[in-house]
Amino acid sequence: MGSMRGSIPPRACFYVACVVLGAGVCLVPLSDLRTPWAAIALLAVLYAGCEQINRWRPAGRYALQGMGTFFPVLLAGAFLLPPPAAALVVLPGALLSRVEQRPRWLRRVWRAARLVLGVWAASRVHWALGGRDAVVEADFPYALGPAGAAVLAFCAVLTVLDGGILATAERVPLRAAWRGLFTRSLAPVAVHGLAGLMMAVLWRSPYGPVAALLVLLPMYVSWWVFAQYHRERGAHQATIRALVQAVDIKDGYTRGHSERVGQASMMIARELGMDDERAEALRFAGILHDVGKLGVPTRLLRKDGPLTPQERRVIELHPEYGHEMVRGIGFLGEARSAILHHHERLDGSGYPYGLTGRQIPEFARVVAVADAFDAMTSTRSYRRARPVAAALEELGRCAGAQFDPRMVEALALALGREGWHPAVTADETPLCGEVPPPAPPARPLSSGPEEHRKPEEHRKSVDGARP
Amino acid sequence: MNPPRPPLPLILVRAAVVLLVAVALAVTLWRGLDERGAALAFGLLIAVGELARWSGAEERESAPLGAAGALAYALLGENGGQPTHHGVLQVVAVVVAASLLGCVPHVAKGHGPTIDHLTRRVLTVTFAAVCFQPLYNQGRLKEWAGEGPLYAVLVVALLVLTALWDAVLAAAMAHARTRWPFGPLLRDELRGTLGIGSAVCATGAVMALAVAVAGLWALPVFSLPLLLTQLSFRRYAAVRTTYRQTIASLARATEIAGYTPAGHARRVAALSRAVGRELGLSEPQLTVLEYAALMHDIGQLSLVDPVPAGATAALAPDDQRRIALLGGAVVRQTGVDAEVAVVVERQADPYRDQPVSARIVRAVNAYEEKAREAGPGGPLKALEELRLGTARDYQPEVVESLARVLARTGGTAREPLG
Repeated sequence: MGSMRGSIPPRACFYVACVVLGAGVCLVPLSDLRTPWAAIALLAVLYAGCEQINRWRPAGRYALQGMGTFFPVLLAGAFLLPPPAAALVVLPGALLSRVEQRPRWLRRVWRAARLVLGVWAASRVHWALGGRDAVVEADFPYALGPAGAAVLAFCAVLTVLDGGILATAERVPLRAAWRGLFTRSLAPVAVHGLAGLMMAVLWRSPYGPVAALLVLLPMYVSWWVFAQYHRERGAHQATIRALVQAVDIKDGYTRGHSERVGQASMMIARELGMDDERAEALRFAGILHDVGKLGVPTRLLRKDGPLTPQERRVIELHPEYGHEMVRGIGFLGEARSAILHHHERLDGSGYPYGLTGRQIPEFARVVAVADAFDAMTSTRSYRRARPVAAALEELGRCAGAQFDPRMVEALALALGREGWHPAVTADETPLCGEVPPPAPPARPLSSGPEEHRKPEEHRKSVDGARP
Repeated sequence: MNPPRPPLPLILVRAAVVLLVAVALAVTLWRGLDERGAALAFGLLIAVGELARWSGAEERESAPLGAAGALAYALLGENGGQPTHHGVLQVVAVVVAASLLGCVPHVAKGHGPTIDHLTRRVLTVTFAAVCFQPLYNQGRLKEWAGEGPLYAVLVVALLVLTALWDAVLAAAMAHARTRWPFGPLLRDELRGTLGIGSAVCATGAVMALAVAVAGLWALPVFSLPLLLTQLSFRRYAAVRTTYRQTIASLARATEIAGYTPAGHARRVAALSRAVGRELGLSEPQLTVLEYAALMHDIGQLSLVDPVPAGATAALAPDDQRRIALLGGAVVRQTGVDAEVAVVVERQADPYRDQPVSARIVRAVNAYEEKAREAGPGGPLKALEELRLGTARDYQPEVVESLARVLARTGGTAREPLG
């Protein structure tokens, strides 16, 4: 998001100015049209109201940018009104919408202009295909055709404009910026389009706008639940971190170790070509791999001198304790096996079960490499950190006997390309301090209305798709 | 464990519903269907809605599309501009037949809707149909409201009434089944109605009106947005389940570390929930209570040496308070509601300084520890000790409520977590 935050590059400003000019041209014919002002006002108030809900709803802290965009109202406008009038509906809502980042007015104007163009195009297409008469006469299934075309036009215009702003403001290559934008936004917009069509039909029916308003209620509920979902998911991630921090309370010198192992495990997973879901599970496996240390007496974990064989055996129980603890967490799935087996060695001399070779679950082999790598590259009370290259060399030396050579190689390749930038989230957070900054955001969900973000947020998803 | 025999009122209600359904099916078969097309389309919609029922959900409405379709059919006046003539009995017959058809695959897999779900569905739809169909078929509705916006408002008002009736019904059935107090149950049901319930009602109204205007094509068009709502709810439910499991794992940390006996946190949570229910706490308050009870011992992780048997109730007040504060600090990091942390922090204070959830956690925790130590006959002795401590430590009302819960459940709380 870098450059958008501070100053806007001049060419992006120029681009926005062009888009605004285009939007202005769309609105000009209003003056010589018999404009249905009452309908415009009603729809505009409705849209602005929906946008404003964002401000006061209880989950405001977790408000998702762009989630408040109530496309059904806009699309109903596009199906009901002539193109310039439909485009006018956008203005009050978009100009009054909440913007988190500066410069606020530029962003508001940009948002309004892009929606004006999108709605105008949708309405134009709908008009040209004779959708208006179909809506007035409630002529199904014919009405679905023009409405579908209008939705396509709406998505296409938004995609082109968003790609443009990414290219000018963020210097993303155009093709990368456009990739996936259209297909991802189509499904949710199509659903909103159906709701908009129903709204338009009811609006024109004898029952009037009252009945049309009812259509918005399920949409609103669905959006509200979605926001709740995000809130709960954030809370869940915080709880996972709390589990890890509970380990840190007992075992002082491992601060941040768990998060870094999670990060390295995920890098290996991506390098091995695992899908996003498994990579995410591996990240959790890495984060939680030492959670069983909670079951080991604090005195042993903090002991400075060498351990007696008996004490060592007690510490070696931690994978089993950890497995026992996370047994009830359904979503971890495969990750639980990684927690149980991350101290196994390929030659069978590891613990707890002494498994060999491919008997060891794949996840456990990944976490073992990530764990050893981070242990070597971080400073411990008894020795200094080794450089990344030396650690990789050491891993390579032990590959085959202790580690799976495939995982070591994957780690080396991933590090060679991306370098090692460990997140330092848990490093200096005291127990009673503030909540640490959140872990790297997970991949954006593949569907749902949240896909319509501000342009600068598209950047994140582009990055996410191609790390 | 066999489920206990349902109480008499519930049996009577079920018998009445079965009778109603039998009469409706018989009359409809004998007289034949009015407007076959509409009946078939709505039946299909309801069956599909049932098929899409999401299993294992704790939410109020797990088949929203089926419910919305049933309500829409009950309130269907015109179809594409032509008046319809189906009566109440046909509505009941179509809804029941389609629901049963749709839940066959679920029953085959072993997690279909319960009898109570179907009973409720039938009674709710009957209510809506009885309010609407006779008036419509006699033409009175048109006299009063015409065909304009007033008609739409009337339909909405009817649906609001139906939603209220449904909430009362659900609360009454839950009350008959569990003997929990009726007031809080009704409050929770009404609160639930605001969520997916309102979406279902609005969709029902929109479908009825849209079919009147645009014919049966309106059904598939408007099913999709409601399916989207259902999907969101399902995702939300999934993440909530995961979250609860993670909290429970965090709570087990003290047990695995050997600070507290196995199962202690879970037992305290279950018993606290039952006591909270008995005292009339609302569903969100019960969730806070449950999380706090699960994590109430988490502060002990910060101790270098475990407290003997994890029994904090026997410690000096200052030590108890110190562990509680440490626990609150951990809980604040977990991202749960800040109220949970407050309950954990205040669990060792005298009850007059505590919020009500903390009073419950304190009393239940002390009971659990004392009852465990005392061996056979422990529960009674523990309760007695708690009663002796009601001057300062334990709130008398909470202790009495705990005694009632224990008397009812025979010493173990049956209240399922979540």
